[in-house]
Amino acid sequence: MPLKSIARPLALAGHALPWLIVIGYFFTADYYLSFGTEIMIWILFAMSLDLALGYAGILTLGHAAFFGVGAYAAGLFAIHVSPDPLLGHLAAIALAALLGLMTGAMILHTTGVTLLMLTLAIVSVISQYANQANDLTGGDNGLQGIKLAPIFGRFEFNLFGQTAYVYTAIVLFIWFLIAWRIVHSPFGRSLGGIRQNPRRMRAIGTPVWWRLLAIYTISAAMAGSAGALSADATSFVGLSVLDLLSSGIAAVMLILGGVRRIYGAFVGATIYFVVQDYTAKISPFFWEFVVGGMLMATVLFLEGGLMDLGNVARRAVERWRGGADDA
Amino acid sequence: MTAAPAISVRGLCKSFGALVVAQAIDLDLMPGARVALIGPNGAGKTTFVNLLTGFLRPDLGTIEMQGENIERLAPEDRVRRGLARTHQINTLLLENTVRENVAIAVAEREGFAWRALRFARQWRACLDEAQAQLEQMDIGAAAERPVAGLPYGQQRLLEIAIALSLKPRVLLLDEPAAGVPAHEAHVIHEALNRLPDSIAILIIEHDMDIVFRFAQEIVVLVQGRVLTRGVPAAISADPQVRAVYLGKTVV
Amino acid sequence: MLSFILTVLLDGISYGMILFLISVGLTVTMGLMRVVNLAHGAFAMIGGYVAGYLTQRGGNFYLSTIAAAIAAGAMGAVSEMTVLRPLYRKGELAQVLLTIGMVFVATGTITELFGAFPYPVVFPDYLTRPINIGFREYPAYRLFLIAVGAVIAAALWFLVERSIYGARLRAAVDNARMARAVGMDVNFLFTGTFIVGCALAGFGGAIGAGILSLEPAYALKYVVLFLVVVAVGGEGSFEGSFVAAMALGIIDTVGKYFVPLAAPYLLYAAVFVLLLWRPRGLLPPKSVA
Repeated sequence: MPLKSIARPLALAGHALPWLIVIGYFFTADYYLSFGTEIMIWILFAMSLDLALGYAGILTLGHAAFFGVGAYAAGLFAIHVSPDPLLGHLAAIALAALLGLMTGAMILHTTGVTLLMLTLAIVSVISQYANQANDLTGGDNGLQGIKLAPIFGRFEFNLFGQTAYVYTAIVLFIWFLIAWRIVHSPFGRSLGGIRQNPRRMRAIGTPVWWRLLAIYTISAAMAGSAGALSADATSFVGLSVLDLLSSGIAAVMLILGGVRRIYGAFVGATIYFVVQDYTAKISPFFWEFVVGGMLMATVLFLEGGLMDLGNVARRAVERWRGGADDA
Repeated sequence: MTAAPAISVRGLCKSFGALVVAQAIDLDLMPGARVALIGPNGAGKTTFVNLLTGFLRPDLGTIEMQGENIERLAPEDRVRRGLARTHQINTLLLENTVRENVAIAVAEREGFAWRALRFARQWRACLDEAQAQLEQMDIGAAAERPVAGLPYGQQRLLEIAIALSLKPRVLLLDEPAAGVPAHEAHVIHEALNRLPDSIAILIIEHDMDIVFRFAQEIVVLVQGRVLTRGVPAAISADPQVRAVYLGKTVV
Repeated sequence: MLSFILTVLLDGISYGMILFLISVGLTVTMGLMRVVNLAHGAFAMIGGYVAGYLTQRGGNFYLSTIAAAIAAGAMGAVSEMTVLRPLYRKGELAQVLLTIGMVFVATGTITELFGAFPYPVVFPDYLTRPINIGFREYPAYRLFLIAVGAVIAAALWFLVERSIYGARLRAAVDNARMARAVGMDVNFLFTGTFIVGCALAGFGGAIGAGILSLEPAYALKYVVLFLVVVAVGGEGSFEGSFVAAMALGIIDTVGKYFVPLAAPYLLYAAVFVLLLWRPRGLLPPKSVA
């Protein structure tokens, strides 16, 4: 069968494609480079949510808490401790992971709406606190005066954003590899089991709470990393990094691109930004309508998100051919 | 020389407010035992299994395995000590294949289900063992199929296969034949006969056919209390049991 | 001193009444249909905007609020029959995401139709003036809210506790499978209850526009509040939502008066602690063990 012999090379090409695009964009984007950086940061954020929500089934909409904490940590580190962006990034990851560990330990025994509410309460508390703590966070005006040292003493952050872009791309790639590894490991499989049927997993001896805590912490670290990138790329941290809505938007990106599809975040974030950019030109508020409609359509008709179009098409072809052979 | 029981229950009690679901239940399961737990609906049979496996905490009483009291342990910890169960309603992972369902259990048992690095060889081993387990249950051919497409009888077999792959000392089967269409039931019967001799097995069943073919001892539970226990012949002749099952054919 | 305490209490109770009116539908449908509906605030918003539109053009206030309820109920019916029904079996994640999509659509539509600025509901003169209640002058509007809220709460209580519809509802919340088995048309019950819940929300959005001001971001801004009422009160619990709404209203108001800077996050911190202590809510409906 001719299809099978090109399957492998096709898969490899499929994997290389997103990264080729990332590289290609760098050389062709000109003034839109920072737009690409922003998309990549959101891809990372959405990926972090996919691990917790998509794969492990932890019903959370409070991930902006980790993103925001990571952003403020990176910014404050640069102002008060050291302008080295890499050190600040590590500090941000550590702080976000710590927050994830602590809050996860407190809430992960709950499920459903209670869990959802607890995550919302956490991000609300942190967000409101940041609003009040003007001295620390700059409140409404945001954290000003972040001056980052060049990475490795050589690569300077400047208005053209080249350093920021490459830096973001590399960080994204590293986290992608980590996420990939996790998802295909026994650990990742057990998370899938926990999502589908936690009782079943307990009945085979899985320490469910510990596994959930582990992935929640990793996911928090990843989100914190995205926040740090956001702070570094723009040299600014505003209250919007803690916006509850961000978690919702990340979830939107995931559903658009496909939950539990390793490149779902890539597709979803890109589509979201492209649609937003395009529809915002038509009318500033029309994009909400369009995005909402796309979201609803995706949930209703395309179970696996737009990345599932491939599967949908394949099944349609099989039906047309009169049924595939049974495995 | 008397061997020690694989699991020993003394005085197990549990109530939900005014509703008493377990009253001073005593039970010993020797290695290799084949004990059936029967009783009318609502007698507390599944509750008893939940108490044994840790999904419910008893108000009073002890459960002992290998000299250790396990009644305060979480379900996953009891599994590690060799206690496994099947469920009355299938709790299979529908999105995974048949073989993966078993392999995940094997990985858990072997202790590397938490691994995210250096796992390829071990996972391969899990899959191989899973395949062997499936062959044992005569469902090896279905290994790569998603669970959702499996006939119900084979799903029940898979449920048992998963429990067996945990290499338990004590196995609790909660109505293994429940919901299986009559023409597939013999498959379950055969699988039950092939269960390893060393495992102590407690089976909850309504299907008296299975009970009388399979059990060496029968325990009758009524309203959370052990009414009587004994060999099958004695139980079927017992007038008390007959009265409880009024209207039902016992033999 | 006493008058101050009473003022704070009255402010809190009137706020709580609005929260109750809007959230009671949500808690019943979440307990009944087990659907997580983040778009519930959108129905309150729709009701509010309808009332705003009508009253701004000189319509009678009371009729406008009725129209608001009807409009919201109708939108609820349409949503339930088209997009929500396929979701009952699809799990919480799908429901969360779809209802987020609905909020986006609603927000975008409202902005297109009515603009981005706060949209007022025009209240009758006598409601906008303060009334002398003995020890001080107090806004008639808030007294109105308390009165209307209390009447509706009592009527609902009567409906839920004393009527056959209520008995059916409670049975279906407790055990939908059993309810179907005894021949109850649970789907009809669901849809009907959902519509009533949306209508109540629309009504609450309309009369509450003086406290929860109408703007396109309404649905998104306040969804956390409504969910808090549901989660703290106990999913599916009518009494729970009332108690939780009152508690939330009073605590938030007390906070605003005494610790205005800390109030917002103290409230959510309190919610956090409360949910950890009582994960099923303060007054969860009794369920089958």
